[in-house]
Amino acid sequence: MSISLILVITMGALFAAGVYMLLERSLTRVVLGFLLLGNAVNLLLLIMAGEAGIAPIVEEGVADDAYTDPLPQALILTAIVITFAVSAFLLALIYRSWRLANADDVSDDADDVALREGAVEMPVEETAPDAEDTEFPTDDARSRA
Amino acid sequence: MLLVLAVFGVAAIILPALVRALGRRVFLVAGLVSFGAFVHTLLQAPAILDGDPEAYPIERLAWVTQLQLTLDLSMDPLSWVLALVITGIGSLVLVYCSWYFADDEPGLGRFAAVLLAFAGAMYGLVTANDVYLLFVFWEATSVFSYLLIGHYTGRRASRGAALQALITTTLGGLVMLVGLVLLSVQARSSSLDVILSSSPAGALTTTAVFLVLVGALSKSAIVPVHFWLPGAMAAPTPVSAYLHAAAMVKAGIYLIARFAPAFFDMPGWREVLVGLGVATMLLGGYIALKQTDLKLLLAYGTVSQLGFLTVVAGYGTRDTALAALALLMAHALFKGALFLIVGIIDHEAGTRDLRKLSGLGRRSPILATIAALSLASMSGVPPLFGFVAKETVLYGLLVGVESGDPIAVVAVVGVVLGSVLTVAYSLRFFWGAFARKAGVDDVTSLEHVRRGFLFAPTVLAITSLALGPLAGLADRALAGYPTLFEAPEGKPYTLALWHGFEPALGLSALTIVLGAALFVARTRVAAAQKRLSTGLSASEAYWDVMSGVDRFSARITSLTQRGSLSFYLGVILLVFIAVTTAGLVAGSTWRTDVRVWDYPAQLAIAVVMIAAAIAATQVQKRFAALVTVGVTGFGMSALFALQGAPDLAITQILVELVTLIAFVLVLRRLPAKLGDRHGSHHRVLRAVIAIAAGIVMVLIALVAAGARTTERISLAWPELAFVDGRGSNIVNVALVDIRGWDTMGELAVVIAAATGVASLLFIRGRVDSTSRAQRVTMRRRARARVQQSRVESIPGERRNAWILAGPTLDPRHRSILLEVVVRLIFHAVIVLSLYVLFTGHNLPGGGFAGGLIAGLALVARYLAGGRHELTAAVPVGAGAVLGTGIAIAAGAAIVPLLFGADALTSTYWKAELWLLGEVSFVTSTIFDIGVYLVVVGLVLDVLRSLGAEVDRQGDDASDRASGRRVDSTLADSTLADSTKADSTKEGRS
Repeated sequence: MSISLILVITMGALFAAGVYMLLERSLTRVVLGFLLLGNAVNLLLLIMAGEAGIAPIVEEGVADDAYTDPLPQALILTAIVITFAVSAFLLALIYRSWRLANADDVSDDADDVALREGAVEMPVEETAPDAEDTEFPTDDARSRA
Repeated sequence: MLLVLAVFGVAAIILPALVRALGRRVFLVAGLVSFGAFVHTLLQAPAILDGDPEAYPIERLAWVTQLQLTLDLSMDPLSWVLALVITGIGSLVLVYCSWYFADDEPGLGRFAAVLLAFAGAMYGLVTANDVYLLFVFWEATSVFSYLLIGHYTGRRASRGAALQALITTTLGGLVMLVGLVLLSVQARSSSLDVILSSSPAGALTTTAVFLVLVGALSKSAIVPVHFWLPGAMAAPTPVSAYLHAAAMVKAGIYLIARFAPAFFDMPGWREVLVGLGVATMLLGGYIALKQTDLKLLLAYGTVSQLGFLTVVAGYGTRDTALAALALLMAHALFKGALFLIVGIIDHEAGTRDLRKLSGLGRRSPILATIAALSLASMSGVPPLFGFVAKETVLYGLLVGVESGDPIAVVAVVGVVLGSVLTVAYSLRFFWGAFARKAGVDDVTSLEHVRRGFLFAPTVLAITSLALGPLAGLADRALAGYPTLFEAPEGKPYTLALWHGFEPALGLSALTIVLGAALFVARTRVAAAQKRLSTGLSASEAYWDVMSGVDRFSARITSLTQRGSLSFYLGVILLVFIAVTTAGLVAGSTWRTDVRVWDYPAQLAIAVVMIAAAIAATQVQKRFAALVTVGVTGFGMSALFALQGAPDLAITQILVELVTLIAFVLVLRRLPAKLGDRHGSHHRVLRAVIAIAAGIVMVLIALVAAGARTTERISLAWPELAFVDGRGSNIVNVALVDIRGWDTMGELAVVIAAATGVASLLFIRGRVDSTSRAQRVTMRRRARARVQQSRVESIPGERRNAWILAGPTLDPRHRSILLEVVVRLIFHAVIVLSLYVLFTGHNLPGGGFAGGLIAGLALVARYLAGGRHELTAAVPVGAGAVLGTGIAIAAGAAIVPLLFGADALTSTYWKAELWLLGEVSFVTSTIFDIGVYLVVVGLVLDVLRSLGAEVDRQGDDASDRASGRRVDSTLADSTLADSTKADSTKEGRS
């Protein structure tokens, strides 16, 4: 199969830019990176369609292989709409994060950081049972315990 | 037997419900159940005592047939004896409980249920004839034991001890499972009978059997995991009496006894069991001598006796087998009784500390008597049953010594020494509990121990006493199991009180004398023990190990779990890059022809797109970044158009517009500058990862494009679309007909995402999906507001209301041009969207494109007139639109089923209609209408959530800021307050 170098390179560039933004801390950049990735993947699907042909609208007297491959197109069409739906969801996440925390960034998990820095007290282990010489402690004994 | 199990299970489930009516008397019901099982077991006696293995009761019921698991129960003499012990002592302990607990004991119902369920599990354990079934019951007893030890949920000691017992016994249980699996795989059967009768040999078998022994020894608290048993004394005393003296800890002994006939001559079996047994017996006895808590004294005594039992059951001759069963029974009787007595003392006197108890013997002579009987049985004093059992043990082991077995010598010496300790701590117990001690006040509260309370220990003590003289009866009951071993020459040994002057009798007398001496010299012994104390304890080692495990896991967690999402993503990407590159380098065929471009315009578009993508990574302003990303989207659209994909080009452009607007709606609330808090970190590293990922994707594209070996399947699609689908637009027919199910899945994803958006924004329920009545009110309110603003609008400036809600806007925010344009084109655009929807089957377009066009029309209305305009334009909720859409699509999928066709099959109608001429209709269009509605619903949902709701929340905030009375419902203001509280909290942290 023959593919277009220009398209492949564009796809790679979009992919790289998308990944770069995905690794950001700013949530907005992450979502924009997600959009870039979506475009890159759609482009990859388009590349897999092979050489450009005529639009896949059936006309009489046109050979079946003269049309551009319709299968990747169906996939891409679906992908475009889903990308929109998901990015709308991500936008809602950004808005909510902004409303609640006044933050538009992916912050490190505070518990994990504390654990790494040794700032976390290990949960108190249930240690060996204390010697208690009765199951029926009187009230003052109970309050002492 | 299945019936017995079922009754146990059902009764355990019902018991908690009875607590309200019966209070503590619920235990009498439970005791009755257990007693019923006891009688049932007793009634099996003829079949068991007959000695014909063919006649033993067997019950089988298919369980999980796919795994060849059966509920396979059988009762042979060994099971029978244990079942008698379990059900008999179980019923006594349960009856005892009804005096032990008060009616208002917290968790009484649960406790009763679990205790009874435990009895059932124990019964199942000893009757199971399938190793997996056995394992299930085995673990069930561990879990029930956990629940029972932890009965006092409020006490830390109680919880810790419960967990310790659970971890120790289940760890052993898991090891045992491995052994059982090995054995059943080797024997090609999970039946215990089959495995044991095939008596396999070899290294694998030896390993498997030892793994099973690990489970057995951990359950029976043998060194080095003996520590959990004294810890388990945190349980209520009846539990200690039943689980930790009579029943559960005997499960390990049972398993040893079960396996001994087949494996006693296996290398290492005898050495390990006798060695560990002797060690446990001595260690337990030694520590028991030090205890001041009567219950702990008994606990260590139990550890010691379990070691004793392990020695005897593991030794594996006909006579020791008989001795093991006798000893097991004797131990259950006397130790059960002793624990119950400790419970009575604790209950009445308020302490178990022997240093605080004094003069109890005189206060309650009955209690002292039954204690004395049980202790005498434990010490092996004639004429009690304990003496008979111990005599048999010594006889059996001495036979081994005579035959020159060095292990027997170890066993005899160990048993004798251990028995000396047993006698000593038995005397210590009696002295500690009942004697009058100088300088300690007499216990006065033990005046009237209720008779019922004394019932259970009395029965046990009297049985201990009676079985001595009636040893012949016991012999008849126990003689079945020993026949599994090779019979020794001559007349078989029988249980009897008097065998004449034999070496065993001499040893018995010796142990009693030495034990008594040890007790008399107790002060000196205690001093010696203090001097010898090493400060080491297995229990502390256990806790050290546990906290070590915790620390280790914390270390591992902090190594791998950095808490940074970018870090995780980076790791994932690096693995992706490394693995894919390795795969590409290792074995890929590069058969792809590469041409530079399809047409020169590609180059121009590509340059713009790449430039935009790079710019997107660099710009600092939110909107600039959005626009650059948008440029790549429009570039995609251009590429699609030139590549012969008009549907894609249209859809992409429409989606790009909607996306842009959705972003703007949200981003207007955020600061203009990007990353103003953290900036951009690790730029170089991220760039390297990103570029590498991009290159890998390029390589994948190159390899994948050359991987095709056959003609593409879509070559058949034009034919399929035109002839079967009755449409010329192949892509559209593919979506609604050929691959309709995929679209159905996509619709579900879209709806899920839309619902997600709404639920993130409408925190207290969707305002737009309220009841009809509320909607009417809302609409009326909106209309009133429109009217009001018309009246209030600046006098003299009679602006025409081009759109419904225009006047509700602040005049400064109004654009008359926009209002006019929207007014003029809205309906036209809606009609266009319908046209695109219906012609999509033959021309570029369809439900997706049509839905997006209609959505854009709504966007225009919203932009021109704000949220009230949107409510006026679409009076129904977005959820209703989404729901209707998916319902129509699903209907189009299901209806063909009613006509006997496959789901989503399409039909074609053609008819002459007056005026319209020839009209044709394909049913897959109905599906496309569903798609259309879902897409409209999605856009509407985004507008309602990210647009209208964000506006409303913004208005509320500015209203609050300006101090005006907020015109909103109470719920709204509470919501806003809580949100504010949240945000300040988050801000602080």
